[in-house]
Amino acid sequence: MINVLLITFLITLLYMSIANRLLTYLKVLAFQGVILFVVTFIQLHEINTLNLILILLETIVFKSVAVPLFMAHILKRNKITREAEPYVPYFVSLIITTLIVVTTILLSGTIKDPNLDKIFFVVALSTIFFGLYIIASRRKIITHVMGYLVIENGVFVLSLAVGNEMPMLVNLGVMLDIFASVLILGIFLNKIGDVFKNIDVEELSNLKDY
Amino acid sequence: MIMTILYLLGALSIGAGLFINRNKLVNYILTSLFIVLQWGFTIYAYFHLNITEAEYFTFDSLGVLLLLVLSTISIPAIFHSHRYIDLHNEPAKSQSIYFSALIILIAAIGLAYLANHIAVMWIFAEITTLAASALIYHHRNKLALEGTWKYVFICAVSVAFIFIGILFLSLSLGKASSDSLSFQYMISRATTLNQFWLKLAFLFIFTGFTVKAGLVPMFTAGVDAKDKAPGPIAALLSSVLMNMGVVGIFRTYKIIANTPIQYWANLVIGISAVLSIFVATVYMIKVKNIKRMFAYSSIEHMGLVMLAISVGGIGYYAAILHIVLHAFVKSSLFFQYNQIYRVYQDKNIYHIGNYFKYNPTGAIVILLGFISATAMPPSGLFVSEFLIFRALFEGHQIFLLIAVLLLLTIIIWAFAKNILKVLFTPLTNFDESNVPIIKPWESYSQYALIILSIYLGLTPPDFFVQLIKESVMFLS
Repeated sequence: MINVLLITFLITLLYMSIANRLLTYLKVLAFQGVILFVVTFIQLHEINTLNLILILLETIVFKSVAVPLFMAHILKRNKITREAEPYVPYFVSLIITTLIVVTTILLSGTIKDPNLDKIFFVVALSTIFFGLYIIASRRKIITHVMGYLVIENGVFVLSLAVGNEMPMLVNLGVMLDIFASVLILGIFLNKIGDVFKNIDVEELSNLKDY
Repeated sequence: MIMTILYLLGALSIGAGLFINRNKLVNYILTSLFIVLQWGFTIYAYFHLNITEAEYFTFDSLGVLLLLVLSTISIPAIFHSHRYIDLHNEPAKSQSIYFSALIILIAAIGLAYLANHIAVMWIFAEITTLAASALIYHHRNKLALEGTWKYVFICAVSVAFIFIGILFLSLSLGKASSDSLSFQYMISRATTLNQFWLKLAFLFIFTGFTVKAGLVPMFTAGVDAKDKAPGPIAALLSSVLMNMGVVGIFRTYKIIANTPIQYWANLVIGISAVLSIFVATVYMIKVKNIKRMFAYSSIEHMGLVMLAISVGGIGYYAAILHIVLHAFVKSSLFFQYNQIYRVYQDKNIYHIGNYFKYNPTGAIVILLGFISATAMPPSGLFVSEFLIFRALFEGHQIFLLIAVLLLLTIIIWAFAKNILKVLFTPLTNFDESNVPIIKPWESYSQYALIILSIYLGLTPPDFFVQLIKESVMFLS
């Protein structure tokens, strides 16, 4: 069951790499939150109940409801155009994403560690690199933030792999989620929308050496 | 009585007090109270070496040494912050945010030095990001927002990277519990760690901490941050906060140093170090913004520190000595920068000149700071850089040594060209009537810091040498 869910998670990445509209990105992020909710529920069976409820709440309330809704609100309020406007064609994005996944699978083949479920490793690492790719290849600041949220999801998957032995690490991952999202989204994306009219990365190039 | 918890609570309550307070006198009292608290804690830590408190904080030599540096720099930082705020005449709300974020920043850096558990250190690194971003955004204008946004975003990515590194570290332990992620435990178990995971962990943790330490690949955000942050804050960012990044890398490196992959780790650190020095050289040649010039000089120094760690031998000792001395020198340059800005109302080198005429006391600080930052004798940094070169020589890295020396020569040339212009070249069509008279006593703290760096470099007292030696004890 976990394998099916994690592979679905990988497929969402491929879908995201060719998505055109920003709202689609948000829907994919919300869907990833739901997948993580179910995976957490099945995977962390040795953890104490109260802690589990906390983590589940974070995935479902925070990752799949609050953050996407808030981002949609920002999109509407700042009148950001609906397209993602990547620097590269979608076809190239799809190929690069596939390459990322294949590379991590090959890398995981070299690991000889009985303690680790390899599928967690593959999904987590390809999600992290895919997030970095999204940040590098999209034009808008808000897509950078989405790329960062994808990285956070990848980190969360990785922390689930060791979650039963070290529940503390999963909690820290949750803390990272909330901390970074509140800092980035709450304070700055709000402000940046007010100050910079069209939220493009090109706008952020006034700090120079001379 | 657990002093660490008391310190944490004390700093938090002073920070909260400063946040709600709007009265000037109370503000002075609270910040002075924090200095007393900071020094009380530091002295307590010094007399309780190698004792663990509150489970996650150990007063080890490296932590205590850097805590001493932090406490020393925090006094002029708070003093210059008061001068800065008084002269800028800002709304009361932004003043209180400034001071409370300053206190939280200093306390978080101090506790990150002392943390003996990598996850705890990570938490305090996050808190420094939060506090620093509030301070960088102090002026609330478009450029400050840009600098802050870049800093926050890159720091968020770096914090995620460090966390991934921590997860890999836990995988390298195999079956383990939460307590086993303490540095001490991992060093004792170093030989049994899974090397593949350890390599991945080191890569991610190293990359993550390069934002704070100011190294290739993630140095850019730090430079923008130092450019936009108020002078006293830039001084903290380019001295004690950079030291925090180095501590994070150094403590992780200590684990690796006892395993067969040490050579590989040295290679990673060495590549990053040489690239950092190279990048610093390239930017130093073309930079025209005096604040960014100081920031790039910091990148060069951090590159040298990493180079020293990667060659080993006497390099470990030199690296720790270098970060201490560099912190004093660079912070004094940034403290002095604010007075330059008050004279010229500009930070572009084209619009600054003949500083000796307008503020001789401050000009001597800039001159001494320049001599120290380029490691010319008799500055203290000369000693540490000499030791670094000796380590390179003893490590049979002659070509590397020659390349680095060449790059450093270019840096000295570029630095000197700019600084001598600032100090001596008269400006055409500069209106002198508005130049404020700056009292010499505003520069005394910078003199103290520079003299301290010379003293510690040339004739280091026994306890200082002892602390450095203990910090690098388990490295061969």
